Amino acid sequence: MAEIALSNVRKSYGPTEVIHGVDAEIADGELIVIVGPSGCGKSTLLRMVAGLETITSGEISIGGRVVNDLEPRERDIAMVFQNYALYPHMSVFANMAYGLKIAGVPKAEIAERVGQAAKMLELEPYLDRKPRQLSGGQRQRVAMGRAIVRKPSVFLFDEPLSNLDAKLRVQMRVEIKTLQRRLAVTSLYVTHDQVEAMTMADRIIVMNGGNAEQVGTPLSVYNKPATVFVGGFIGSPPMNFLQAARLQASGLLRKVAATAGPAEALDTVGVRPEHLSFCEEGAAVLSGKLVIAEALGAETLAHVELDDGERMIVRVDGGREVPAAGARVHLSCGAEHLHYFGADGKRLPD
Amino acid sequence: MHKRVVFNNRVLPYLLLAPQILVTLVFFFWPAGQAIYQSAYIPDPFGLSSQFVGFGNFEFLLSDRYYLASFKTTVIFSTLVTVLSMGAALWLAVMADRVIKGSSAYKTLLVWPYAVAPAVAGVLWLFMFNPNVGLVAWYLKAMGYDWNHVLNDGEAMGLVVVASAWRQISYNFLFFLAGLQAIPKSVIEAAAIDGASFARRFWTIVFPLLSPTTFFLLVVNIVYAFFETFGVIHTITAGGPQQATTILVYKVFSDGFVGQDLGSSAAQSVILLFVVGLLTVVQFRYIERKVHY
Repeated sequence: MAEIALSNVRKSYGPTEVIHGVDAEIADGELIVIVGPSGCGKSTLLRMVAGLETITSGEISIGGRVVNDLEPRERDIAMVFQNYALYPHMSVFANMAYGLKIAGVPKAEIAERVGQAAKMLELEPYLDRKPRQLSGGQRQRVAMGRAIVRKPSVFLFDEPLSNLDAKLRVQMRVEIKTLQRRLAVTSLYVTHDQVEAMTMADRIIVMNGGNAEQVGTPLSVYNKPATVFVGGFIGSPPMNFLQAARLQASGLLRKVAATAGPAEALDTVGVRPEHLSFCEEGAAVLSGKLVIAEALGAETLAHVELDDGERMIVRVDGGREVPAAGARVHLSCGAEHLHYFGADGKRLPD
Repeated sequence: MHKRVVFNNRVLPYLLLAPQILVTLVFFFWPAGQAIYQSAYIPDPFGLSSQFVGFGNFEFLLSDRYYLASFKTTVIFSTLVTVLSMGAALWLAVMADRVIKGSSAYKTLLVWPYAVAPAVAGVLWLFMFNPNVGLVAWYLKAMGYDWNHVLNDGEAMGLVVVASAWRQISYNFLFFLAGLQAIPKSVIEAAAIDGASFARRFWTIVFPLLSPTTFFLLVVNIVYAFFETFGVIHTITAGGPQQATTILVYKVFSDGFVGQDLGSSAAQSVILLFVVGLLTVVQFRYIERKVHY
């Protein structure tokens, strides 16, 4: 059992700094998802926790022990890789037993622990097979099994589901989450998929360009994005953004407290697609032309081009009537649903 | 459905294959046939006539203690060359694979010796170890070791083995390095996280995954040691002292072209042909089974 603490963790390759000081506290048994676009440094950060990358400066500790200079094997962690990284020349059993064998666990206990994990992951019929004789989902399970049998104090997941097809991904997502709950092992999970992040995480770390932009529970991140980037990245379809000046005339905007400098002055207003709705011309905050409506069944996503060319997405219940493509439409929005961001992209205080 | 292209010309396929078949016929089947033919004859000392003796040449060879000694020499020599060149190459490849800065410089330098022709490689080593003028021999003498591979058969064997292996190391190194780089990095990282030390990772993960490369190199190196080392041996020891470094292929040369016993030489070529054929079959049948592709 262990908690993880990152304090001002930085990473540079030569003169280029790729991670600019990340701080995070991860409680024992918590599942934290690090999410961000590709190249944001999320995998690098995970690999630094694993000990596969050196830490340029700052401190990482696991279970109260600073691990900066420890080898991966001394950190009491297990990792599931994106390509699973199974040992191709070993059977499923040998793959799962490898770590235990090295740790010098007695044979009988290895068989028992691997057997238990195999049962839990429904891998029992495949123990004698080689990885190449397994399907993608089964390989994924073996990779999980290899992590579980060692009973580490931390699990690290590096985009473990991105090589699976969409249906299997949803299924494995639930399985991993359930398993993690049951074993109650502190976990760090890296993904670029914001749906995975929202559904699995106890708390999310949203990364962008080597910075942790926001750390919080999925709903708090969704409801109160700390930056324009987070608002646009978390949520599908993404949040709509408008220059604040566009709404000045509508009378919707609340007074923003006088700020120290121009960087913190109100610049952008964000609104989620589900908070926009169609209305009569008289009540309109924004007007434009409906470009296309995507009916997804439960909901319909209407793409609206505003008069100045900017695009907005409106989410409407599937049962509701949506104007025809090309029609002129008017949008309204509750003032309480607006998100206010300064010129520096940061959320302004409520 | 995509259509298959069909050429109706009946001659074209043969024409296209002709160059390859011609080369094989002229440079392999013809000489091999000649060797088999000659192995059944004993020519007179002036090469004017020859007498059919059937398997006489073979019978004589197999009861000749010099020939049997040459067999033993060949086994020792090839084993040493193969183990040394592959072992050293693997070690260098593993080390070069770990280097990040300036790795291409290391790789380039390590490949150079392969560009040196066997005879030239032999001369290089000969100059270093020549008992009279060789630098290394001189230093050894200064340290109290009286190096003389011209007289000492163990030293002679050691020298030709090292000279032969040295050149082949580059070749093996290239293949081992390519093999190492083909192993997914994450597999090795997974093993590191599983708690395996560097040595343990090497023997339980890297080496087994490298086995196709190792197997291929084993075949190539044994064939190299059997045949291509001729130039090295010829320049350094000429098979001496006391035939201590006369491997089979060198004996074919010295009996045939120096000793002018063409019948025996041809019979030796035939035996060599079968030995190498047999070795290759054994390697593919028995060792390949342990290879994980």
